[in-house]
Amino acid sequence: MKVADEMVKRVPWDGFVEGNWQQEIDVRDFILQNYHLYEGNESFLTDATQATKDLWEQVMQLTREERENGGVYDLDTKIVSTITSHGAGYLNKPLEKIIGVQTDAPFKRALMPFGGIRMAVAAAESYGYKVDDDVVHTFTEHRKTHNQGVFDAYTPEILKARKAGIITGLPDAYGRGRIIGDYRRVALYGVDRLIEEKKKDLQLIGNGTMTDDVIRDREETSEQIRSLMDLKKLGEKYEFDLSKPATTAQEAFQWLYLAYLAAIKEQNGAAMSLGRVSTFLDIYIERDIENGVMTEQEAQELVDHFVMKLRLVKFARTPDYNELFSGDPTWVTESLAGIAEDGRPLVTKSSYRFLHTLDNLGPAPEPNLTVLWSAKLPENYKKYCAKMSIKSSSIQYENDDIMRPIYGDDYGIACCVSAMRIGKQMQFFGARANLAKALLYAINGGVDENLKMQVAPNYAPITSEYLDYDEVMEKYDNLLDWLSGLYVNALNIIHYMHDKYSYERLEMALHDREVLRTMACGVAGLSVIVDSLSAIKYAKVRTIRDEDGLVVDYEIEGDYPKYGNNDDRADEIAVSLVKDFMNKIKKHHMYRDATPTQSILTITSNVVYGKKTGNTPDGRKAGEPFAPGANPLHGRDKNGSLASLSSVAKLPYKYALDGISNTFSIVPKALGKDEETRKTNLAGILDGYAAKKGHHLNINVFDRETLLDAMEHPEEYPQLTIRVSGYAVNFIKLTREQQIDVINRTFHESL
Amino acid sequence: MKEGRIHSIETCGTVDGPGLRYVIFTQGCLLRCQFCHNPDTWNMGAGKKMSVQELVKDIKGYLPFFQSTNGGVTVSGGEPLLQVEFLLELFTELKKLGVHTTIDTSAGCFNRSPHFIKNLDKVLELTDLVLLDLKHINAAAHKELTGLSNEHILDMARYLDEKKVPVWVRHVLVPGGSDNDAHLQQLSDFIATLNNVEKIEVLPYHKLGVYKWENLGLDYPLEGVEPPTEERVKNAEDILNRVKVI
Repeated sequence: MKVADEMVKRVPWDGFVEGNWQQEIDVRDFILQNYHLYEGNESFLTDATQATKDLWEQVMQLTREERENGGVYDLDTKIVSTITSHGAGYLNKPLEKIIGVQTDAPFKRALMPFGGIRMAVAAAESYGYKVDDDVVHTFTEHRKTHNQGVFDAYTPEILKARKAGIITGLPDAYGRGRIIGDYRRVALYGVDRLIEEKKKDLQLIGNGTMTDDVIRDREETSEQIRSLMDLKKLGEKYEFDLSKPATTAQEAFQWLYLAYLAAIKEQNGAAMSLGRVSTFLDIYIERDIENGVMTEQEAQELVDHFVMKLRLVKFARTPDYNELFSGDPTWVTESLAGIAEDGRPLVTKSSYRFLHTLDNLGPAPEPNLTVLWSAKLPENYKKYCAKMSIKSSSIQYENDDIMRPIYGDDYGIACCVSAMRIGKQMQFFGARANLAKALLYAINGGVDENLKMQVAPNYAPITSEYLDYDEVMEKYDNLLDWLSGLYVNALNIIHYMHDKYSYERLEMALHDREVLRTMACGVAGLSVIVDSLSAIKYAKVRTIRDEDGLVVDYEIEGDYPKYGNNDDRADEIAVSLVKDFMNKIKKHHMYRDATPTQSILTITSNVVYGKKTGNTPDGRKAGEPFAPGANPLHGRDKNGSLASLSSVAKLPYKYALDGISNTFSIVPKALGKDEETRKTNLAGILDGYAAKKGHHLNINVFDRETLLDAMEHPEEYPQLTIRVSGYAVNFIKLTREQQIDVINRTFHESL
Repeated sequence: MKEGRIHSIETCGTVDGPGLRYVIFTQGCLLRCQFCHNPDTWNMGAGKKMSVQELVKDIKGYLPFFQSTNGGVTVSGGEPLLQVEFLLELFTELKKLGVHTTIDTSAGCFNRSPHFIKNLDKVLELTDLVLLDLKHINAAAHKELTGLSNEHILDMARYLDEKKVPVWVRHVLVPGGSDNDAHLQQLSDFIATLNNVEKIEVLPYHKLGVYKWENLGLDYPLEGVEPPTEERVKNAEDILNRVKVI
């Protein structure tokens, strides 16, 4: 070993168990060699320090002012945000243990035009700000954006489909997000070592023949190296030397945070997720505690201050965007716990400390705390999670037992439900196709029921008075063939242009050279289609036509099995639909040879999708919201919540590897009579759902009355957090429509 | 296979026995309790018929939830003992799957006729727990509150004791109806004579079922009666639990 390496090792890595992680970039190996499993209970946790309380009070004050100011506190209109664009900014320098903000002041949103200048201008305007003319000029005349690139390549057919809302939420005007840099690498190795490795990579790309792929890889790797150098400059602005590995816990948190900060200074992706950092950081905390240089209270303070910074992440969004993804979400998703491939639970004291921030700072939507659940998690931890869910409604759960065999034991969740190996895998975020509208197109020969315009090809419409199941299925199958092709084409264009005009150089610098890319397609309206098809199959559905013969409404005669009651007749329709659409997607060419996947996730866009979709054969009225994600439609599940969970658990994860989102809302009393019973039952529900191979569960525990009151008196509920479809939101930041949707949605409350 | 007359299914029961419970509400009841929150289960002829086979197939899907919480199946009502042959067949099948079984009964149809006892004994052999509603200790007051006297109900309590079947006694606390210290004390004394009581639960009267009376076109007899205060609930719990609980 070289002398220089010896020196590095002596200080920052002192006390760590040696392993392959020293020879190559291998954070997983470092974790497995060094972490301390904790199986005890939460009694070691400490309260917020005075500094934490003061800082949080300051944040709450700024939050109030932001709300009074119409949703944005301040917004940069001149400086285009890059890693090095702004000087240092502080919340309260003497008190902060972790420092750094996105611009030069907290709550000041950055100007990020690379995804699309129009979006940046519109976002600013909607809050009463005007983007500097020079910036607009530059990004209109001289520097093309992702958004312009996409629209240069879109076909008229794609534009029509987009307008009609059969595909929606496409990342064609803003950052795509859902890429997780392995920010831990900066803490463990220091930036210099990472640059050194990337330089080696550069030499390994291609065989000397300059194909398109090789040229692109070389350019991208060079950009990655440049971004790492910028990251060091960002460190200098805050008076840290990131070139070397972190030597203390505080440095490890700080290094990691600055790496994440650099990513969000350059990218305003829809989801800017953090990864899986708590057990990694715990190793540094344990070492400091063992060396007698840190107390438990100081450890918790570090976690609290770090989490506080993650809660401050903000982007400038347009009202359109907010209608889709409400409540100012950033999806700073942190994945906790899980089980190692060698069978050890990856639970540490910091797995507790991160959840404990929900006590010390109060509930909050961000970071998006995600517990990787397994039957094998320590019982104490399971109960603690259940306790914190009941208290805060701020936690989501995803089934480690079905993900681990696919992604190993060092994956994280991007956004809501998208698992990916950290630093080894990324995704091309694909929003979703509206399969309920597609069913209406199948019936009406490709004519949009609202726009009265031919959107899909001119297929023969159904002309009979009563719908025949086989005929509908045949036409639906054809329609989905068309839709899947169009959808993948749109995504290919989007991601080609995003790589070209808004490449995530820093996030990708924190990846390996060889990266697995997935094309993450998605579907919306699952429960609506399943119930519609079930109605057509098991009851009689009569069509009601307008003067042009277009079917505009449906009348159901008789009863039919509904999705959400653990009734195979309906649930099997759901299962085959998920499989069929995935198989159709797979037939198409994917940009950069990505592996196609699918999610059943709507986030809050179920409301907008519903708005854009006419009457459906299941009896849902035009404009009414869809159920979110894979949820059954509210009010249709009659046999209680476990029946509803069992229906969703039947959806095959293998065919929806980008995630199957399910939101479970229950009143406290329905979980049991006393706190201990409620904890046990909630943990038991999660265990049972995991055993049944359900993928994801949002847990909300509160009374309907609380939400109604919060609608009327938002000022009294600044921190009321609820889980919706894969993320958490501040309830009072939802649009009124969405608030009503949330309240109407299934609340399991039978006693 | 036998069919049961079923009012509804609740797959996530958390208050009728230990753990997460699949609760089958049977149709039909002999009592007419003034505070009943399920009056729609009274009529013997209503409900839908479900076979044991159909139910067991459905129940199988919930085994992971039972295992994770030591839960199981509770047959409630209505009055499950009115369908004792159905219960027998259902519990026979459930025991093959190792499922914890509970009957939630008001004992309204209990009698010592050889025919009834013969079937009941067979069911009890397959029953892990009985939730026994003792609504009032005083016969006249019981008749006023539920429409029937309570002699045979108390007799069933004694019978379960003889058979050593574990019991959770449940008492719905209705202000003005069953919330009287002297009566609670008498009930407590009665429970003290039993050796099989594992738990005593006070269920505070609530009004969540009033709309069902309205839907059925029935006059609600407890109009104007409010749920008991927390103090009264605590008081009842204290009195009833003064007995030594095994």
